[in-house]
Amino acid sequence: MNKPRNARAAALIAGLTAGALVTAACGAGGPSASGGDFTDDKVVLALLNDASGVYKDVSGPNSKIAIQMAIDDYKEKYGDEAVVDDIEVTSADHQNEPDIANTKAQELYDREGADIILDVPTSSAALAVATQAKNKKKLYMNIGAGTTELTGAQCNKYTFHYAYDTWMLANGTGTVVTEEGDKNWQLIYPDYAFGQDMVKSFTGAIEAGGGKVGGTIATPFPNDNFATYITKAGAAKPQVIGTMHAGGDLINLVKQYNESGLKDQGISLAVGLMFISDIHSLGVEAFEGTIFTDAWYWNFDDKSREWADRYMEETGDRPTYAHAGNYSAALQYLEAVQAAGTDDADKVVEELEGKKVDDMFLRNGEIRAEDHRVIHDVYLARVKGPADVEEDWDYEEIIKTIPAEKAFRPAAESGCSM
Amino acid sequence: MNAVLQYTVQGLAAGSFYALAALGLAVIFGVLGVVNFAHGAFYMLGAVAAAVLLDTVGMSLWLALIVVPVLMLVFGMLVERLLVRWLLPLDPLYNLLLTFGLTLLLVDLVKRRYGVSGLPYDRPDALDGRVQVAGIGLPVYQLFVIGVALLVCLGVWLLMTRTRVGMIVRAATERPELAGALGINVGRWVTPVFGFGVALAGLAGVLAAPFRAITAEMGSDFIIILFAVVVIGGLGSIVGAVVGGFLVGLVEAFGQAYAPTFAQVLIFVLMAVVVLARPAGLFGREEATA
Repeated sequence: MNKPRNARAAALIAGLTAGALVTAACGAGGPSASGGDFTDDKVVLALLNDASGVYKDVSGPNSKIAIQMAIDDYKEKYGDEAVVDDIEVTSADHQNEPDIANTKAQELYDREGADIILDVPTSSAALAVATQAKNKKKLYMNIGAGTTELTGAQCNKYTFHYAYDTWMLANGTGTVVTEEGDKNWQLIYPDYAFGQDMVKSFTGAIEAGGGKVGGTIATPFPNDNFATYITKAGAAKPQVIGTMHAGGDLINLVKQYNESGLKDQGISLAVGLMFISDIHSLGVEAFEGTIFTDAWYWNFDDKSREWADRYMEETGDRPTYAHAGNYSAALQYLEAVQAAGTDDADKVVEELEGKKVDDMFLRNGEIRAEDHRVIHDVYLARVKGPADVEEDWDYEEIIKTIPAEKAFRPAAESGCSM
Repeated sequence: MNAVLQYTVQGLAAGSFYALAALGLAVIFGVLGVVNFAHGAFYMLGAVAAAVLLDTVGMSLWLALIVVPVLMLVFGMLVERLLVRWLLPLDPLYNLLLTFGLTLLLVDLVKRRYGVSGLPYDRPDALDGRVQVAGIGLPVYQLFVIGVALLVCLGVWLLMTRTRVGMIVRAATERPELAGALGINVGRWVTPVFGFGVALAGLAGVLAAPFRAITAEMGSDFIIILFAVVVIGGLGSIVGAVVGGFLVGLVEAFGQAYAPTFAQVLIFVLMAVVVLARPAGLFGREEATA
């Protein structure tokens, strides 16, 4: 073994590996035309999301099952009256990368004949797909991403935004918690687009509620060691620490918040974005008492529960609001296709715009024509203590319903012009 | 002052994970000349194994601290025997690629089996809560982690300096040709040493389980920091790995406290400065690399 040379080569390799983990790429799209009643005599719904990474459990492959449930329900409802028999669902993994999302969206629209793309978590990827939808003049309903840009400056005729966004989360958690007396906040956020967007939204909401943000702390993303950030936030003696982290980072942060002893000092934790799958993975004990805004909860009432039971038979799990949102988006799209009698995007958009909807997901829902924000009632939830949990996945206590018209950014403030 | 003490404890606790894992990386590199890219995945497997054993057979953290490293030792020896060994005569790049591939495989297998949201972990009640030191509450668990890490590092040091096995391993690390020439069968120690290094990564994983998110990806960033640790400490240097581990933990904690945006960059700035001033690392031997 030639030790000296090997050692130097290995040291070099280790150093280089440690440094170089960045990739970037870009793609471009062109327009395409569509016409007739049904292109290829069928309707293709395409699910584009994270099938293998951090958001897999939040939505992932199980959303395909949710979409299939919507197709089944549509067929059952209309039977022979259905304007189209052949309805397919296809899916692709965008790995949360905007450039991959961009390429996949073109593939889905052009080669796989997708009439609509659904889901697309991760804001940067979501915006990339919105551009493709606009270029190709094909429909796109986003469920999984948080950015308000989709219905703001970067809105377009073919893009709709379902379920949640950063404004809605901040308004729910920020405003309500502040109004209930916790006025002094510290915010901890991951230093990328979503985190920065959330901090902006939360600061606005907290100040509107009469509170103040004493300080904001940016953390690297991803990150596993939050102990010192939490100590620092706690040292400012706020009433509540708001975290804008998601997924594994959120779990790290919550574990280390519990470790810090701040809970015993009366400094509570509010979470900007949380899914029931997060609570399920870490257990209610760790999250007990945490307040967050929920777009939908499976155990909210009989209607949601009935659907959640069906979903559980198919998947073995309870749905997150992303799964339910994908179902609802697919269903409302098919209803619009039925009404329009075609899969022609412009005609379907016409049907969708301004429509008032009520389904198991959308309560007091409306597909707003001005900015294509789909508004509906949302909920402020508190995580139950272990003693109150009556069955698996029974983790949330709904403490407040925020009515649809107050839950989302008013259309007038969106800055959207189509 | 209070805050400084808190940051120090937090830094040393984070440093404990780095030190233990880097120690494993260092002995493996020392004896085999292999840069084990899969070390982060082994750390992850340690944490996942602890969580799964707690969930399925109710094994407590106390027992897991012994059982999991033993399992990882066996697993590591198998990996060495079945895979790493065949590439040892070739350029070290081959084993780097092999262990990189192994990482991808292990991470995906864990994802497939246990999902991506992470696994829950409850630690024993005895390790909950805080102790009052100089008027501030320090988390018992962090102190426990530091204690275990120091004990293990001390144990490894004694093993290396006071026992025959240690002498052989050190001889094999420092002058493999000479050790061979003196009739020491270096090859015999290759498998157990690899297993031992893997066991240390597993131990770091078990200690991290109550404190960190247990996900398939938890080792992916960890390994990057770990490479910085061993480059700072000196590749193959046992003392360097431990000192580097704690040093990086402290830099991370104080960076987070006083320059949050640059916390992670600071580690690599430190690495760059060390490499410029002492290319072999703080405790690396110049003649071994020059």
